Amino acid sequence: MKIESILATKSLNVITVGPDQSLREAVDLLAEHNIGTLIVVDEAGQPIGIISERDIVREAARTEAVLGQTVSRVMTRDLITASPEDDLETVLQTMTAKHFRHLPIMDRERLIGVISIGDVVKAQLDKYQGEVDTLQTQIIEGQV
Amino acid sequence: MPPVGNEASPLRVAIVGSGPAAFYAADHLLKQNGLKVEIDMFERLPTPYGLVRAGVAPDHHKIKSVTKVFAKVASNPRFRFYGFVEFGKDIALSDLRGHYHQILYATGAPTDKRMGIPGEDLKGSYAATEFVGWYNGHPDYHDRQFDLSQERVAIVGVGNVAVDVARILCLTPEELAVTDIANHALEALSQSHVKEVYLLGRRGPAQAAFTNPEIKDLGNLADADTIVLPEEAQLDDVSRAALEASDDRATRKKVEILQGYALRKPTGKSRQLTIRFLVSPVELIGNAAGKVVGMRLVKNALEATAAGTPSPKATDRFEELSVGLVFRSVGYRGAALPGVPFNERWGVILNEKGRVVDPETKQPVVGEYCSGWIKRGPTGVIGTNKPDSIETVSCMLDDLARGSILHPSEPQASKMEELVREHQPKYLSFVDWLRLDEIEVKNGRAQGRPRDKFTRVEDMLAALGR
Ligand SMILES: Cc1cc2nc3c(=O)[nH]c(=O)nc-3n(C[C@H](O)[C@H](O)[C@H](O)COP(=O)(O)OP(=O)(O)OC[C@H]3O[C@@H](n4cnc5c(N)ncnc54)[C@H](O)[C@@H]3O)c2cc1C
Ligand SMILES: NC(=O)c1ccc[n+]([C@@H]2O[C@H](COP(=O)([O-])OP(=O)(O)OC[C@H]3O[C@@H](n4cnc5c(N)ncnc54)[C@H](OP(=O)(O)O)[C@@H]3O)[C@@H](O)[C@H]2O)c1
Repeated sequence: MKIESILATKSLNVITVGPDQSLREAVDLLAEHNIGTLIVVDEAGQPIGIISERDIVREAARTEAVLGQTVSRVMTRDLITASPEDDLETVLQTMTAKHFRHLPIMDRERLIGVISIGDVVKAQLDKYQGEVDTLQTQIIEGQV
Repeated sequence: MPPVGNEASPLRVAIVGSGPAAFYAADHLLKQNGLKVEIDMFERLPTPYGLVRAGVAPDHHKIKSVTKVFAKVASNPRFRFYGFVEFGKDIALSDLRGHYHQILYATGAPTDKRMGIPGEDLKGSYAATEFVGWYNGHPDYHDRQFDLSQERVAIVGVGNVAVDVARILCLTPEELAVTDIANHALEALSQSHVKEVYLLGRRGPAQAAFTNPEIKDLGNLADADTIVLPEEAQLDDVSRAALEASDDRATRKKVEILQGYALRKPTGKSRQLTIRFLVSPVELIGNAAGKVVGMRLVKNALEATAAGTPSPKATDRFEELSVGLVFRSVGYRGAALPGVPFNERWGVILNEKGRVVDPETKQPVVGEYCSGWIKRGPTGVIGTNKPDSIETVSCMLDDLARGSILHPSEPQASKMEELVREHQPKYLSFVDWLRLDEIEVKNGRAQGRPRDKFTRVEDMLAALGR
C-alpha cells in the first residue's frame, strides 16, 4: 500500500506557518484548525521545518514570554519529506525509527499534504483487519 | 424541521453501486439501534456484488461466499435493490437529491492506469481490467477478443491482479472447466497456444505487491513450471537492510518462497511462468501491421527515497523480450460521476474520511458520501472495505445528529419507484436477481460447475421474461 491511499481521504488544506511568524500566530492556527502540528514553509512554499504543540510547550516551560518568540526559534529543522508513491510500511518504519510523528508529503516540488503516524497505523490496521475479516468470512460462510 | 430517522420519518439513504463497500455500508446503517433507515441500492448492472462477481478469479470460488453475507443484508425489508439502473444515465444526482436524505457513492474503480510508454496502444496490448472483465463474464467485456494464438505473453506489474491473470493463462482446460469462468473465455482459453508467461516487477522480490497465499498457489500449478531467475531473486543491499531492520515476517516469507522458485528447474510441463524482477518496459515494439511483437525492458536498481522506500531507478542496461500479447496490470482507476467532485490526481471522489468535499469551498457537500475504491483508491481486499465503509457511515450518523442532511421534497419510497420505473422500466429487484442466481447455479451444477454465468444483459432480461 502506498501513501497516496491515505492522502485520498484527507483534507487538501495543508496548514502552514512562516518561520518569522510569532508563536502567538502559530497557537491561533493550531486552535482554529484543531490540529497539533504546522509545517513551516519558506517564501517559495518549500517546507523548512515543522512545529508541534510539544515544541511550544517546551518553550513555555523555559520562558513566560513564549508567545512573542518566532516560529523559527522552536521549530524542528531536521525534516524529512515523503512522496505519495512511498510505501506505507517503510514510511512507518522510518517514522518510528526517527521519532517523527508527522511527515509532509511532496508531489514533486509541491507540498500537498501531511500525514501523521496515527494515519499510517490506522491504514495498516484497517488492512490487517480487512484481511482477517475476508478469511473469517470464507471460513464461516464457505462451509456448506 | 422534524427529526429524521424514526418510524414517522425514516432516514432515506441512496447507495450507488452494489459491491462490498456498498453492502458493508448498508449493513452498518441497518444495524444502528433506534435508527429507522430505508436503503435503496442502485447498480448499473442487472447483477449485484461488483468485483466479487466480476473481479475475483473464477478458481477462487470460496472467496465469493462473502455474497451470502451480502444477501442477508439484502433480505432486510428496509433494503431495496434497483438493478440495471445507472447513476448518471437512468437517474441523475438531482433525482437522488429530491428523494433521499443522504447519498453514498460506492462505484468502485472501473478503469485502469496506463504505463505511459510508446506502443501501449498497439494491437495485442491490453489492460488486465479488460481481460479480467472478459473471463469473469462482465457484460461490458463480452465481445472482447484476445489473441491467444500467441505463445509468449507478458504481464506488467506484480500485484495480485497480475497473479490472477497469469494463473488463468496457465490453468489447464480441465482446471478451468470446474469454475464459474464465462463460457466464451473457457472456450477461448481451452484453445490457447500460450506457452510462456512473464510477470514483470519493476522492483525486487521484497517489494512485490502480491501476497503470500497467492504466490504460493503459483508454485503448485498442474501443468506450468513457475520459476524466478536466480540473480533476480537475490536481495540488493537496500532491500536487505530494510528487511533486516523490520520485523516484517510476511515479506521475509515472500522472499523465501521466491528464492525457492529460483532453485527450481523446469520439469517439462506444457507452460512456463517466469517471474521477473527489477525490469521496466520502456517501449512496446510493433510490426508493420501495428501488432505487438516484443517489448524493450530497462534493468532497474533500487535506491531508497528520503522516507526509506526502495524505489526503482533505470540503469543503462536494456534487453528485448519477444512477446505477442501484453497485459498491463499496474492498477485500477476510479471514474468521475456526473455532478460529483472528482480528484483527478488520485482518481477518487474528492472526499475527507468519506464526506464528499466541494473543490471550491473545501467544505463537505451536504448529504453526499463515498466509500470503497472510489473513496480511497483501488487497493485492499474485500474485507478492507468494511472499516472503510464504517468510517463513512460514522460521518453520516454524525451529520444526521447535527441535522446536516438533505431535505428531499419526495422522501416516499413509492415516489422513487415511480421515477425508476419511468426512466428504466426494465430494472431488476433483488428477487429478480435471486431468480437469475438460481438459474445460473442450476445450469452450472448440471455441468459440475458452481454456476454458469449470464454474460449478456439481453440474456439476463430474457431469462426473466422482460
Ligand atoms: C481482478 C480483481 C480480483 C480481486 N480478487 C480479490 C480476491 O480474491 N479477494 C479479495 O478479498 N479481494 C479481491 N479483490 C479486491 C476486491 O474486489 C475489492 O476490494 C472490492 O471489490 C472493492 O469494492 P467496491 O465496493 O469499492 O467496488 P466494486 O466491487 O468495484 O463495486 C462497485 C460497483 O458499483 C457499480 N457502479 C459503478 N458505477 C455505477 C453507476 N454510475 N451507477 C450504478 N452503479 C455503478 C459497479 O457496476 C460495481 O458493481 C480483487 C480485485 C480485482 C480488481
Ligand atoms: N487474491 C486476492 O486476495 C486478490 C486478488 C486480486 C486483487 N486483490 C487486491 O486488489 C487490489 C488491487 O490489486 P492490483 O494488483 O491491481 O494492484 P497493486 O497491488 O497495487 O499492484 C500494482 C502493481 O503494479 C506495479 N506498477 C504500478 N505502476 C507501474 C508501472 N508504471 N510500471 C511497472 N509496474 C507498475 C506495482 O509496482 P510498485 O509496487 O513498484 O508500485 C505493483 O506491482 C490489491 O489490494 C490486491 O491485493 C486481491
